[in-house]
Amino acid sequence: MIHIENLHKRFGKNQVLSGVDLNIENGGIYAILGPNGSGKTTLIKSILGMVIPNQGNISVLGQNAVNSWRYRQQIDYLPQIANFPSNIRVKELVRMIKDLRQKDSNEKKLIALFKLEPFLNKKLGTLSGGTKQKVNLVLTFMFDSPLMILDEPTTGLDPASLIQLKKLIQEEKANGKTLLITTHIMQFVEEVADEVIYLLEGQIFFKGTIDDLKKKTGQADVEHAIAAIATETRDA
Amino acid sequence: MLKILKYSFYDLMRSRWSYVYFLFYLVLGFVLLFLNNDLSKAVITLMNIIIVLVPLIGTIFGVMYYYNSKEFTELLLAQPLKRSTIFLGQYFGVAGSLTLSLVLGLGIPFILYGLFRSDAIFNFVLLLVIGAFLTLIFTALAFNIALSNENKIKGFGYAVLLWLFLAVIYDGLFLLSLIIFEEYPLDTFSLAATMFNPIDLSRTLILLKLDISALLGYTGAVFKKFFGTDLGLIVSLAVLLLWTVLPVQRLAFKAKRKDF
Repeated sequence: MIHIENLHKRFGKNQVLSGVDLNIENGGIYAILGPNGSGKTTLIKSILGMVIPNQGNISVLGQNAVNSWRYRQQIDYLPQIANFPSNIRVKELVRMIKDLRQKDSNEKKLIALFKLEPFLNKKLGTLSGGTKQKVNLVLTFMFDSPLMILDEPTTGLDPASLIQLKKLIQEEKANGKTLLITTHIMQFVEEVADEVIYLLEGQIFFKGTIDDLKKKTGQADVEHAIAAIATETRDA
Repeated sequence: MLKILKYSFYDLMRSRWSYVYFLFYLVLGFVLLFLNNDLSKAVITLMNIIIVLVPLIGTIFGVMYYYNSKEFTELLLAQPLKRSTIFLGQYFGVAGSLTLSLVLGLGIPFILYGLFRSDAIFNFVLLLVIGAFLTLIFTALAFNIALSNENKIKGFGYAVLLWLFLAVIYDGLFLLSLIIFEEYPLDTFSLAATMFNPIDLSRTLILLKLDISALLGYTGAVFKKFFGTDLGLIVSLAVLLLWTVLPVQRLAFKAKRKDF
C-alpha cells in the first residue's frame, strides 16, 4: 500500500526526518505515534505530497508519490486542525469538495450521524472547534478510497461523537481499507490500532503490535510503554 | 484549473471589495466625463489615475487574497489536483475579477456618454487593455512575493515596496541618471529603461498614442518615432506580455517546490 525508502526532510537547519524506511501492507489500522516535533505530520504530509522530501522514495498503491498528484484520488485525508475558509457555508464546502473529486459520496448519512443538519447553512467561521472537526470528518469519510490518513481525528470531539468516530473507523477497516492515524490519546490507540509505528528524532524507533510494544518495554499498559520509550532513550 | 478559477472568482465576486473597486471606477468615469465634457481629455486624466492605482490595487489584492485563502489552499493541496492548477487558478480568479471591475466600471459610463460615436474609442480600448495588463502583471508579482514569504507582514511590506519602487522611485532614478549623463546620447538608454518598468512603459505608450508627444522635446521625438509606429505598439505590448508571462511562470515553478 505505502512503501517509503530512506526518506529525509529538512526545514532550514531543522532535520525533521532522517532516513525513514516504512512498509505498510494492505488493510488494517496503523497508529503513528511519537513525541511532539518527532515528524509525524511531516511524514504524513510527505505521503500526501504536501511536503517535498529532500531525499528518498515514496510510493502509494504502486504509484510514485513525489511530484505527482493523481494518486491522491485514492487517499482521504483528515487535516490536523480544521482550517477552513471562514466565509463559505458548510453546504457549499461539501458541494465544492465533491465537485473537485468527482467521486460518489455518502455525505447525507454522515451529516445525520454527526447531527450537522442545523449547521449546513452556517458559515464555517462561526462554528465551534468541535463542530468544525465534525465537518472535517464528514469531508474525509464521505468518499470511498482505499487509504485513509487521519491526523489527530479526536481533537475537540464530544464523547458521543467519539464513539461514532470509532465505529466509523472500524467499519472502514472491515471494508478492507488501510488507515493511518496519528494521535496522542493512548486509550484511543489501544482501542482501534492494529499496529503502532513509533517515530523518534526523525526515525522509526518501533513498528509492531501493541502487545509487542508492551513486551519490549515490560510495561502493562500502552501509555506507560510509550512513556518508557521516551525516558529510556533520553537516559541512553 | 477552471474549477479553481471559478471558485476563486465567485469567492471574490461575493466579497464587498470587488464592488467597492467597481463602484469607484464607475463614479470616477461619470465624474471625469461630467467635469471634462470631452472624451479624449477624460481618457488622459483617467490614464494618470489608472497607471498608479491599478498596480497598487493589483498588488494589495494579490497579497491579501493569497494569505487569506491559505487554509483553502491547504485543503486543495490534499485533493487530487496538480499544484500549478491550484495556484494558477487562484491567480487568474483574482486578476480576472479585478480586470472585470475595471472594464465594467469604466466601460459603462463611457459607453453611456457615447463612446461608440467618438474617435477616442481606440485610445479608450488601449487604456483598458493596458489596465488589464497592469492588473495581470502586478497580481502575478504579488502572488510571487506572497508565495516566497511565510510572514504576512513581510510579504505585504515587500509588495508595497515593489509598487512604490516601480511607480515612483524608478522614475526618480531614471530622471536623475538623465541629468547626470546629460552629455551622452541617451535615446537608447531611455528607451530600454522604459521597457524595464511596466508602469513607465504603459504611460509612455498611452501618451504617445494620444499625440501629445510634442510636449516631450527631443527624446519625445525619438520615442514618438519608436512607440508611435505599429511596430512600437506591437513591441510594447509584447514586452507587457513578457512581464505577465515571466512572473506567472515563476509562480508555477515555485509552487511546485514549496512545502505546506
